[in-house]
Amino acid sequence: MEKLLTKNIHLPDSHKIETYRATGGYKALAKALGEYSPEDIIDIVKRSGLRGRGGAGFPAGVKWSFMPKGTERPKYLICNADEGEPGTFKDRVILEKDPHQLLEGIIIASYAIGAQQAYLYIRGEFNLAIQRCEAAIREAYEHNFLGQNIMGKYYSLDILLPIGAGAYICGEETSLMESIEGKKGWPRIRPPFPANRGLFGCPTTINNVETLANVPHIIERGVEWYTSIGTDKNHGPKLYCVSGPVKRPGVYELPMGTPLPEIIFDHAGGLFEGRQLKGVIPGGSSTPILRPDEIQVNMDFDSLAKAGTMLGSAGIIVLDHTMCIVRSTLILANFYHHESCGQCTPCREGTGWLENILHHIEEGHGRPGDTDLLIEICDNIMGNAICPLGDAAAMAIGPAVKKYRDEFDYHLTNKQCLPETRK
Amino acid sequence: MLTSGAREKVEKLIACHPKKEAALLRVLHIVQQDQGYLSPETIASVADLMGMPAIKLYEVATFYTLYNKKPVGKYLIQVCANLSCSLMGADNLIRYLKDRLGVQVGETTPDNKFTLVTVQCLGSCGTAPMMQINDQYYEKLDEARIEQILASL
Repeated sequence: MEKLLTKNIHLPDSHKIETYRATGGYKALAKALGEYSPEDIIDIVKRSGLRGRGGAGFPAGVKWSFMPKGTERPKYLICNADEGEPGTFKDRVILEKDPHQLLEGIIIASYAIGAQQAYLYIRGEFNLAIQRCEAAIREAYEHNFLGQNIMGKYYSLDILLPIGAGAYICGEETSLMESIEGKKGWPRIRPPFPANRGLFGCPTTINNVETLANVPHIIERGVEWYTSIGTDKNHGPKLYCVSGPVKRPGVYELPMGTPLPEIIFDHAGGLFEGRQLKGVIPGGSSTPILRPDEIQVNMDFDSLAKAGTMLGSAGIIVLDHTMCIVRSTLILANFYHHESCGQCTPCREGTGWLENILHHIEEGHGRPGDTDLLIEICDNIMGNAICPLGDAAAMAIGPAVKKYRDEFDYHLTNKQCLPETRK
Repeated sequence: MLTSGAREKVEKLIACHPKKEAALLRVLHIVQQDQGYLSPETIASVADLMGMPAIKLYEVATFYTLYNKKPVGKYLIQVCANLSCSLMGADNLIRYLKDRLGVQVGETTPDNKFTLVTVQCLGSCGTAPMMQINDQYYEKLDEARIEQILASL
């Protein structure tokens, strides 16, 4: 497949506006403002079938169409660049190497929903990304792609760059809005939904970096071309991240729906010599793990849902036979417990219980019945928390316990790890 | 007290935000960069500057992990201990750094040069194992590379 989202990243100075413009950058914006009404853009993006790349896979054009018409209240577009899902490092590539592609997407999306103020929220650890985006925003203002009367048209947009401060929860959309408002990142109860009451209580659309980076390509080359990439109802290019003990870890841009084994064994080169596959977490740490006999699956939203897991952020984590499954599950339980915001009981208490029990098992102090207890706790968190963090913890841990129950039982009986996983 | 440079940056930042609260997280980053950490006294003075109650700032400062509530060494070594880095040997590196610096995780060397902490995923899983020292990412680490990095500081 021709590279789209990553076509410029290997060019020298790929982050600068001259490079971006030399490869056709900002032509889509000129087309959007010159040829289309905001309604046209929403219609095009709807027909393109572009689905949110942050994890949920909700159709972006449909989301945009929820924004109220004819309201006096200000409207906002937020770009969620709080990439923090373990195993995910795709948005960082766009932010650092091709920030103008993202800005062009942000400007077109803002025009479509009628926002005159956009926010690009980047996680605080991404210092290079922050510098690059700050510089790109300056350049875009200088070239009148931002500011008053963009490219001489009756459309104006300003953009601010809030910076996170080390809280995974702020990747959750309502928590991110609280964070922009200068508060601790406690998620809000929905409804009301952001399209009606979002940032500062005003209509807000929030999209992931990769989602918005797709937009200029759709506008420039059209719906028919875009829908020819990928599989049924899962269109366009996708950035897949591969990490773990594979020969060529990294970000791979491939059509939506590329088979998982092709990504791991062809593109990423397969596992290190002498390592055997133990499992694959297909879409970032929050998605249920697949056993080796379950990996014959296409990497798109619907195929993975059918396989009982999720595309999520497409952060593929490959586990080999030397990793103890109790330990890998404990690492994730520690993560969710650490990142739980503490607002609601099932998540705050549940993630703590999960971590404690897993810690005991891993240390050889597990008790009979602990595996069932872990599953029961996951069941009690699932669907009962204010935001998806609780569900994420339950999905990361419950299926791992169920699918690798033998290894958990080995730990409980023998008070130690399987021989091949001992350090 | 903030240095005049930091104070100027803060005032400029507040001015470009239609709602001043929205500048808070960035303001705290600037102040931390200036002061090294956010003491209760510092927080109180920033609260005055922003015209907000100190408790609001304290709530934010204590919620987010990137804000240091106590002094850290000149170099804050943050090693990712999440899954992808662990699969690539993060715990060996953490053990190596502990021995090399003579501190436990969470501690600072007696000369206040290094503080060693472990952190959650930094979005650098394809180049694991990795660490961040102050603002800089260091990726694809092994012991030799760590020695090189420490020697360069």
